[in-house]
Amino acid sequence: MSPRRKQRLAVIILILMGVSSAIGLVMFSLKENMDFFFTPSEVHQGKKDGGMKPKIGQRIRIGGMVVEGSVSRDPETLKVSFDLIDTGPMVKVIYEGSLPDLFREGQGIIALGVLKDGYVLEAQEVLAKHDENYMPPEVAEAVKGIKHVKPSKQVYIP
Amino acid sequence: MWKWLHPYAKPEVTYHFCAKLIPWLWLFTFGLLVVGTVWGLAFSPEDYQQGDTVRIMYIHVPAAIWSMGAYSSMAIAALIGFVWQIRLADMAISAIAPVGAGFTVIALLTGAIWGKPMWGTWWEWDARLTSELILFFQYIGIIALYHAFEDKQQGAKIVGILAIVGVINLPIIHFSVEWWQTLHQGASITKLEKPSVDTSLLWPLLLNILGFAFFFASLVCMRLRTEILSREQHRPWVKALVMEKSVDGV
Repeated sequence: MSPRRKQRLAVIILILMGVSSAIGLVMFSLKENMDFFFTPSEVHQGKKDGGMKPKIGQRIRIGGMVVEGSVSRDPETLKVSFDLIDTGPMVKVIYEGSLPDLFREGQGIIALGVLKDGYVLEAQEVLAKHDENYMPPEVAEAVKGIKHVKPSKQVYIP
Repeated sequence: MWKWLHPYAKPEVTYHFCAKLIPWLWLFTFGLLVVGTVWGLAFSPEDYQQGDTVRIMYIHVPAAIWSMGAYSSMAIAALIGFVWQIRLADMAISAIAPVGAGFTVIALLTGAIWGKPMWGTWWEWDARLTSELILFFQYIGIIALYHAFEDKQQGAKIVGILAIVGVINLPIIHFSVEWWQTLHQGASITKLEKPSVDTSLLWPLLLNILGFAFFFASLVCMRLRTEILSREQHRPWVKALVMEKSVDGV
């Protein structure tokens, strides 16, 4: 490479390093704010390494699995409550409204709402989260032992 | 080592080379996309959780992958243009940018259409979605900046630097689902481990990913030819080409 080309290459590498370290630092300092949700154990213990812990009355998102058998619906209204769990303690979610199609027990859910005393979230919005595994129903039944039920045909015992 | 590439740095050679390439590129584009899309939409099985909604994947994933692939190729062109001062590389930037922007729009729109029935929302400010939206703004910025210059030669230098610096967003988009907790699920196929898509759904998806690559190449080749002509319009070879065509009565 000629000296001029080397110089231009050096210039562009310097610019790139400068900008990426600036963005890297911004992202590092914003790390916890860039998470889309808290897990139930983070609500109890705070983010890892002594990080942010949501306060009561704060508007947050909590993401976790719907605990099997915890879903209870009011037969008269759209009120529903269920527990969310990840690896640690649980958080209870109360919600009034329609739930996404993918909502079912054992499903990953993200609830947005206001945190109340006693690890209860009064949710205004419930979103479903799915994982990156895609497979036909027969394979899912063989691999995961999941019997696929169309969400519309699901029955809950109130 | 790179000597064989040198003739293609000349716009005239690439102009004629692209003309030969284009029919083949379109042939592969249509062949792959027709087979992949019909297979994906009509014959592949539904997903155990998402049912038929999963079929949006056959458009969403290829568009999203090549929205980033297009940016990488544009940044490589920008680097070559900046360091080696090859005019053709500068032309490639302006040929690629709108195509990449188009793919990004397709990825964002199909993502929203997929998100509504599955997640329950058209849009959330989650790290993956936001960084992909930023990619779209980067494309728009590059296109706008390029057109802001009267002197394309001078403009290409600035646009090139912007394109190279913007590469930083690509790893952010890719790793956003690992670095932060997001609504968007993790990577299914663009990872080192075995793809987490069952083979019956994976084959049509791979065909469409390849088909979109040829689609991208076809569009870029066509745009590059017009870009070469408009930037070289005062050169003798273009004038000769125009004379030749007008003698033919075209």
